[in-house]
Amino acid sequence: MYFESLSAALTMDGHGAFVWSAYAITAVVLVGMLVAPWRRQRRTLRQLTGLLKREAGQPPPRDRSREV
Amino acid sequence: MSRVPGSAAFCLRLLRRQLVLGLRRPVEIGNPLLFFAIVVALFPLGLGPEPAALAEFAPGILWIVALLAGLLTADTAFRSDYDDGSLEQLLLAPQSLYFASLTYVAAHWLLTGVLLALLSPVFALMLGLPVAAIPTLVLSLLLGTGVLSLVGGIGAALTVGLRRGGMLIGLLILPFQMPVLIFGSGAVQAAVDGVPAGPYLALLGAMLCLAVALAPLAIAAGLRISTDA
Amino acid sequence: MWTLFHKFGSPPWLYRLSGSILRWLLPLTLLALVAGAVWGLLFTPPDFRQGNSYRIIYIHVPAAVVALAGYYVMAIAGAISLIWRMKMADVAMRATAPVGAALTFVALVTGSIWGKPTWGTWWVWDARITSMLILLFLYLGVIALYEAYENKALAAKACAVLSLVGTVNIPIIYKSVDWWYSLHQPASIKFTGGTTIDPSMLYPLLWMIVAFYALFTCCLLLNMRAEILERESRTAWVRRLAAGE
Repeated sequence: MYFESLSAALTMDGHGAFVWSAYAITAVVLVGMLVAPWRRQRRTLRQLTGLLKREAGQPPPRDRSREV
Repeated sequence: MSRVPGSAAFCLRLLRRQLVLGLRRPVEIGNPLLFFAIVVALFPLGLGPEPAALAEFAPGILWIVALLAGLLTADTAFRSDYDDGSLEQLLLAPQSLYFASLTYVAAHWLLTGVLLALLSPVFALMLGLPVAAIPTLVLSLLLGTGVLSLVGGIGAALTVGLRRGGMLIGLLILPFQMPVLIFGSGAVQAAVDGVPAGPYLALLGAMLCLAVALAPLAIAAGLRISTDA
Repeated sequence: MWTLFHKFGSPPWLYRLSGSILRWLLPLTLLALVAGAVWGLLFTPPDFRQGNSYRIIYIHVPAAVVALAGYYVMAIAGAISLIWRMKMADVAMRATAPVGAALTFVALVTGSIWGKPTWGTWWVWDARITSMLILLFLYLGVIALYEAYENKALAAKACAVLSLVGTVNIPIIYKSVDWWYSLHQPASIKFTGGTTIDPSMLYPLLWMIVAFYALFTCCLLLNMRAEILERESRTAWVRRLAAGE
């Protein structure tokens, strides 16, 4: 390890705020990039599961399904 | 069955039709020019009437305003023909869509870019651009607006089928037009500084050649997509 | 060869394949990113001119490199979908745009944060920064065009044309912006010289570039899976999938 102590690694001779904030922003964006499609996929699957359950529970006549 | 006109004759007729249609609505031709004049008038109000400062920014101002005026009219290139259905007839025609697209763009350029370039000396003088730089300005605008019309045609072809294409077209084509702005204003700046402007104009000409060769392909593809919508 | 090509056109096959790839690639990528970040942040010597602020390079440069490569991935996928009318290529193209835009955004923000201690200002109209900004506009333009179309099949075609126009234009934009900058370059800011980089700094940088490529692949696959499910939600295999969950 290059730095002697944790506080030295955090301050980085005065540049710490810049370096750590850059890494933090990047981490947030990267996590968002991974989570957004994952959530989208889960939402689609959940909607479909709900739809299937409703269809399986009470097979409705054609007119009623149009009303609902 | 009547004789089918060849591509050249077909394009000439198409060009004539577009020009006649344009000239029947002179106010619409005048609109971008008026826009150009009004925006030029905004700059002294925003930057202050100091002649030296205005003259320094004049090449950039004139080129940016030309870019915006071109953007404003880009949407009109195919709009009316799309609305009345004659564009679909064009796609069914046996002649090549490549040359037909080029003809549409040429008509658009003659009615906007060329007129703008011819009127630009007046605005250049109002902004205090040195008289020696004016021929370069006109020449760079003639070459540059050709590229702007072609690139604008791509944006127009892709968005003509959409109900709200107006704002979108700017987002799509402005990034592609930045090189034209760089070299166009560079040419005028060079003329102001007394440096030969030839290389800049040559680069603009090269861009125009590339755009003439490739843009009609994209426009034709865009028109086919839009008429499917 | 052709059977493989046809398999790529099959949504359930691609969905299953991407699932099994992601199962090992995603943890590996996250591990590589964390390891690379720790390496770059804590285990490399500081630059003798820029001090510690140069450590941002380990995220800035990989993000920029992959963001640019991403545009070409998008355009190639667009070309494939236009030429062979392969639906999965549309999906890939649609999936690339947000990932590329996010990476370009990361490159711009980290570059700006880097600029503050190095150049004393948050933003410089430097050739590379300006080019990255234009790249961001190009990505956002593709997304905006896609969203504007109601019919998603046509949207994909229109975006494919736009991204192909972009690939022709990007070299021109880069060259012209580069040239523009050399014309207007203020004398105080010059940092194109000194391309030599010590191996102790180069290796973590290369590591991070590879990790970012892997991350790009993961995000692409995740986005494609989500898009495939949405498009195919009426088919039997997706219904079986939903029922099994």
